[in-house]
Amino acid sequence: MLTKKQIFTRGMLDISPHMLSVIPFGIICGAIGVELGFHPYLVYAMSFIIFGGASQIVFLQLLSGGASSLVAVASVGIINSRHLLYGAVLSEYLEKLSFVKKLLISYVVVDQGFAESNKFFKKNRGEEFLHYHLIGTGCTMWVCWQIATLSGIVLGSFVPEELGLKFAIPLTFIAIVVQDLKKLDHVIVMITCGLSSLLFFDAPFKSYIIISPIIALFVAALLLRLKK
Amino acid sequence: MTLTAIIFAGILTYFTRMTMIALISRDMLGDKIKAVLEYVPSAVFPAIIFPGIFINDFGTFIEMNDPKIFGALVAVIVGYFSKNIIATISAGLISYWFLIFVVFS
Repeated sequence: MLTKKQIFTRGMLDISPHMLSVIPFGIICGAIGVELGFHPYLVYAMSFIIFGGASQIVFLQLLSGGASSLVAVASVGIINSRHLLYGAVLSEYLEKLSFVKKLLISYVVVDQGFAESNKFFKKNRGEEFLHYHLIGTGCTMWVCWQIATLSGIVLGSFVPEELGLKFAIPLTFIAIVVQDLKKLDHVIVMITCGLSSLLFFDAPFKSYIIISPIIALFVAALLLRLKK
Repeated sequence: MTLTAIIFAGILTYFTRMTMIALISRDMLGDKIKAVLEYVPSAVFPAIIFPGIFINDFGTFIEMNDPKIFGALVAVIVGYFSKNIIATISAGLISYWFLIFVVFS
């Protein structure tokens, strides 16, 4: 049995390599917000209140482009609706927690944290304090995201735009799924999702981000049926 | 005004995170659904990866000889064999930079 502290530390260590892409992206997000003409406090408030990477940029871009608040809020909700899928996967491992603890831990569920904690959960089902891994990944992400967006707000875009550091985001997610390329069923699901996301990219409210996973999960269900 | 919108967006985002964790119990998800949920990472992350590579800042498709495609391929190969996140990201970025700063400049 690992102690709470050991599992928390594992979570921190497991997500920290992703900070290589998260920190530059956070700086860019903060800088873009100020460049678009929003008050620095508002730009920072988003990192605390929404705490959701790309959805924060989309929100500000929509508002500055003249979209109504309703459209901007709806887009953030749709972009972040993928968390529902993460929650459905994680709920199995977090079941024993009290309702209040579930409410608290939910705030720090992020893409990379979900991915790394889910990998850890699958391998260590028997551990008693599993959820400390999720707290470890989530808190690391939270602290780095706050510092990165704040630096971007205060210092402006000191990361040269020519470096194209936004490209680090797809790379971070490649690192997450690349080992599943060994399994044909996963490859089919990934290609389905990827192609759907390009096909539906222009769908309203950025909904490609949830439409394509749903299509891919239907394909996964079909594959499971064929396997039997 | 904007702050109100941010707060609503934050509440909505929090609900997307909390709903399935706090309001769903194991019994509500059958074995079949759980088997499908195994595929969630493979079914969600390509929707971030593909547009991040193939669609530019203006929302249009990139050319097929874009350095990002090459960088992503290098990242896939390095990631597959090294199983290392930092190596994967660095390999993708460095090969991308090599093309834009050395080859195409």
